[in-house]
Amino acid sequence: MSNHASTPYPGTEVPDGKTKAEWPLWEIFIRGQHGMSHRHVGSLHAPDAETAIRNARDVYTRRNEGVSIWVVEASRIAASSPSDKGPLYEPSESKVYRHPGFFDIPDDVGPM
Amino acid sequence: MSALFEFLCRQGDSTLILGQRLGEWCGHAPALEEDIALANVALDLIGQTQMWLGLATEVEGAVRDADDLAMRRDVWDFRNLLLVEQPNGDFGQTTMRQWLFDQFHVLQLERLCDSADDRVAAIAAKAVKEVRYHLERSSGTVIALGDGTEESHGRMQAALDRLWPYAGEMFESDAIDAELAEAGIAPEPADLRAPWDVAVDATLAEATLTRPESDFTQTGGRSGKRHSEHLGHLLAQMQWLPRAYPDARW
Repeated sequence: MSNHASTPYPGTEVPDGKTKAEWPLWEIFIRGQHGMSHRHVGSLHAPDAETAIRNARDVYTRRNEGVSIWVVEASRIAASSPSDKGPLYEPSESKVYRHPGFFDIPDDVGPM
Repeated sequence: MSALFEFLCRQGDSTLILGQRLGEWCGHAPALEEDIALANVALDLIGQTQMWLGLATEVEGAVRDADDLAMRRDVWDFRNLLLVEQPNGDFGQTTMRQWLFDQFHVLQLERLCDSADDRVAAIAAKAVKEVRYHLERSSGTVIALGDGTEESHGRMQAALDRLWPYAGEMFESDAIDAELAEAGIAPEPADLRAPWDVAVDATLAEATLTRPESDFTQTGGRSGKRHSEHLGHLLAQMQWLPRAYPDARW
């Protein structure tokens, strides 16, 4: 028999050493029937990755939405900071020439 | 009363009663994710009920419909397994009941996919995909909770000990089963016991749970001879509305 001692789930420790009785949060990405890439659809709680996929199947694919599920532990996602908005994004606002809209596309190329 | 009708009622009544039991968790499950999952499984089972009981009424001669069978029969006419009418208990007991049944259900439906009756085979082919997922989910939870904390392990073992006497009824074969097996419509339930034992023992080992020694079996559900006292209470809850308002429509 394995050890039944309660161990905290990674990422659920709180500073004073006590364990929160919470499952970790997982971000859910689903590739739809006709989608080329996985899209973020929401998040849910689960004790491990396998259970997170099963939960995602039940919560997010009830209406035949998906053909593939990715789950990522929310704490493992690195995100840009909202306060960095200016330096990160404003410089590109004034550079319209970066959009590929300045070419004439021949008709026989068809839809791009 | 044909053997096929009786068999279809056994199929549909077990899925109906288990679906109703799982529905009792709606809004009460320990986590939102489990709540939705249990409701999904319940709805799958109710959907299968519509097919089994729908075919039963067709076989009978279309004198009544599936709703009549579900809502206007009383305890003595139900042919579900005793296992599925057992109360939900705690979440562990619900999970254990589900897993014991799912493991049987998958094996049975896989055999029914080859039924000599095309209508039975078609229902089984649709249901088996749903039920394979039910089994994946319930066996995963049995392992997680059995091989979990001291408390979850204790609760799962208690649930197993409590429900084990109801497992044997799934493999009882009677004259009706013999007739259907002879016609190639359904397998003898007794034939499913060996593969069930192998699968159950493997999961129990992973879940660090101990299989009860006694194989004493409660019986009387699928023959309709003696249901447990719990079924009447379940039916009262399930049937009061259509009985009080017989013409009610959505």
